[in-house]
Amino acid sequence: MSALLEVRNVSLSFKGVKAISDLSFSVRRGEICALIGPNGAGKSSLLNILNGVYQADAGQLFFASEPLRRPHPLQAARLGIGRTFQNNALFKKMSVLDNLLTGLSRFQRSFFLEQALGLPRARREARAFAERAEQVLEFLELQPWRDVAVGSLAYGLQKRVELGRALIAQPTLLLLDEPMAGMNAEEKQDMSRFIADINRDLGTTVILIEHDIQVVMGLSSHVVVLDYGRKVGDGTPAEVQANPDVIAAYLGAPH
Amino acid sequence: MTVTVSRLGAVFDEAPLTLVRRSWPVGLPLLLLVAFVVLPWLGNDYWLNAILIPFLVLSLAGLGLNLLTGYTGQTSVGAAGFMAVGAFATYGLLLRVPGLPLPLALIGGGLIAGAVGLLFGIPSSRIKGFYLMVTTLAAQFFLEWVFAKFPWFYNHASSGTISAPRLELFGYSLASPVGRYLLTLSCVVLLTWVAVNLVRSQVGRNWMAIRDMDTAASVIGIPVERYKRLAFAVSSFYLGIAGALWAFAYLGTASAGSFDINRSFQILFIIIIGGMGSIAGNFIGAAFISLTPILLSHAGQWLFDGNVDAGQLQNLQKILFGSLIIWFLIKEPEGLVRLLADLRERIRVWPLRF
Amino acid sequence: MNFFLETLIGGLLAGTLYSLVAIGFVLIYKASGVFNFAQGAMLLFAALTFVSLHEQGLPFALALALTVLVMIVGALLIERLVLRPLVNRSQITLFMATLGLSFIIEGLAQGLMGAQVRALDLGIEDVPLFVGEIMISQFDLVASGVSALLVVVLALLFNKTRIGVALRAVADDTRAALSLGINLNRIWQIVWAVAGVVGLVAGLLWGARQGVQFSLSLVVLKALPVLIIGGFTSIGGAIVGGLIVGAAENLAEAYIGPLIGGGITPWFAYFLALIFLYIRPAGLFGDRAIERV
Repeated sequence: MSALLEVRNVSLSFKGVKAISDLSFSVRRGEICALIGPNGAGKSSLLNILNGVYQADAGQLFFASEPLRRPHPLQAARLGIGRTFQNNALFKKMSVLDNLLTGLSRFQRSFFLEQALGLPRARREARAFAERAEQVLEFLELQPWRDVAVGSLAYGLQKRVELGRALIAQPTLLLLDEPMAGMNAEEKQDMSRFIADINRDLGTTVILIEHDIQVVMGLSSHVVVLDYGRKVGDGTPAEVQANPDVIAAYLGAPH
Repeated sequence: MTVTVSRLGAVFDEAPLTLVRRSWPVGLPLLLLVAFVVLPWLGNDYWLNAILIPFLVLSLAGLGLNLLTGYTGQTSVGAAGFMAVGAFATYGLLLRVPGLPLPLALIGGGLIAGAVGLLFGIPSSRIKGFYLMVTTLAAQFFLEWVFAKFPWFYNHASSGTISAPRLELFGYSLASPVGRYLLTLSCVVLLTWVAVNLVRSQVGRNWMAIRDMDTAASVIGIPVERYKRLAFAVSSFYLGIAGALWAFAYLGTASAGSFDINRSFQILFIIIIGGMGSIAGNFIGAAFISLTPILLSHAGQWLFDGNVDAGQLQNLQKILFGSLIIWFLIKEPEGLVRLLADLRERIRVWPLRF
Repeated sequence: MNFFLETLIGGLLAGTLYSLVAIGFVLIYKASGVFNFAQGAMLLFAALTFVSLHEQGLPFALALALTVLVMIVGALLIERLVLRPLVNRSQITLFMATLGLSFIIEGLAQGLMGAQVRALDLGIEDVPLFVGEIMISQFDLVASGVSALLVVVLALLFNKTRIGVALRAVADDTRAALSLGINLNRIWQIVWAVAGVVGLVAGLLWGARQGVQFSLSLVVLKALPVLIIGGFTSIGGAIVGGLIVGAAENLAEAYIGPLIGGGITPWFAYFLALIFLYIRPAGLFGDRAIERV
């Protein structure tokens, strides 16, 4: 297993406040890497850098051994980096199915006029997209809510839809920003199962930001700990749990 | 573990789930048959001229505005300005290009309106949401001024009006009420079909994504600026054709004043009352706006034995419309179309409750 | 040179009337986040009510007092029936609700008081004054004076009274204000009432200037460029914005107008606002909003 993503000496600051300081780590292909740390440690900012929403002030990024220079979100998406967001950036008035389909926007080949007049290529494309969407609906067990407006779904289901929207584009690397926030134990179990399935069945590498330590220990094989924008731990879950710096920063005694 | 939804309603005993409907209305072929065959044969001139034609044109105008405001979320109060472009452009084309067939002149008028719409849509990449109203206001007042100020547009007529050019197709005159009705109906049916294709396609989804959260849309790779401009262009195309039809199939003669800001507000009302982000809503809204004045005046005549002031009726109508807008915004922001759909659903479920 | 100064000053003075209308907006926007399109209709209603009462024979002061009362009652009704139910909705929704509101008020106004244009005589003679060789309209001067007075009163209200401070708190951070025990509904009622009174003054001045008729309710649309240039949340901005728009419109009509046919006042201000939006989306004095994903 080789390094899919390499982060080297990356720094980011906002108006003088350092969000990320000289951060370096790498993520191997096929692993699930958890990014943990106290609030404000820079985790979301890091994801934003990885998929091009923010630009790092310093440092380098390498994706699949190719340098990733100041990417734009569309560019990152094209390279195979998919993303979910902390605040559920879903399209509230559209149905679950339509939300999933928006994830395929950038694969659209047919022109406006072809779609307006229902020409064959547009129809073929629409069928192919619909098939992909059905597959994702099935994988994430979302069929009962296919035509439901996303805004009226329970929060946990919304998060699952967002996962689906990122998944439908078949990303190589999936960045999940607190995918289990606000869920109860049962929902977290479901979500963990889905993430594990995605990783195992589809081979997708996953970086997830997560606060629930149980989930982190159970799901991931690699943990990176951030505190005030600096890395304070990097290794397997067991290693990190035993690391005194990490404990000092935030873990405390287990249970 | 799978959760099955056994009935439409709360799974978690919270607010009921909202379904997004996407089906053709029941009996569409029958409806089309009635519209194309039965009505022209049965209908008298009054009904065609005063009710059906304006209803159809207003539906089309609503549809155009809805694509921009209801589906893409770009508020526009300049709809009438683009209608004016279409009317004057079609007039100009028919006047200056000898032998140009009517359908091409209409499409040409629409394309020119679309181009103007595109121009005014360029600021939408910098200017967001509510502020965009200024662009559309600028468009509205500017275009109204242009078509009143420069005589070239109305062929130097001293009255400043343009009148119905030769309305004919393949040698058949369409100047009669039935002719104009069928012309309007054909345009509306065709353009509605195109609109349905659009809103169900990726184009439509991109538009709605921009409406719901354009920052997220941009991050997942949707070219937001391009689609906003596209929405302006397509919307103005529709409005342009509606404007041409309004001037020539309905009014007969028109001037810049036929497309003033009150007309823009009227179209906005149609889509608010009918339902923003819906196709059927435009028809419902237009029907409402067209029929209410007539119903009110008949009711007034019946209640007060014919002694009713037309002016007061208009005032009453204003109050009624204003109140309805507010009521809809509070109670049913998705307009009459959602109200009727819920009603239909309740009627469907009702026998099952026993 | 004289012509330029005349046009400029005329424009500035006219601009104070724009400012007045814009101030009404700013008040409501600051306190409840609504762009109150109905401000125009309120203006019209105020002017019509005053004129009707006066025509019925009531003396100036009494008619004025009664109109103020009517405006305040109207404001309270609006807050209760329209604003409260729509409290958390989008700006567009609120705007459209005020659009509907303006229709209701217009319908009522016309229904109750008739549709003819009425002359409004405030007792100010429109005799031109001469400062050196520059001609200034006396009416415009008085109107500006009244506007300035009103602004001073408002400034005092906001900065010196308890209610004013509470208003500013609500404008700044609604949730914090709530947790301090400030009664939001009461504040909104007051704000709408004050806006109603401001609307009354503006309505009377505008009505005296161009007759009380329906285009008055469209004057409000001109407030939009004023607010864009001056920012939606600052009274000082409304003043500056109004002056800029008034002056620019007048100068444009005088200098650019003849080149392209004249009559460019209906749309010039909006293009000006467009340019401003490109350069500074939040206006000269307004707040900037940041959107996070």
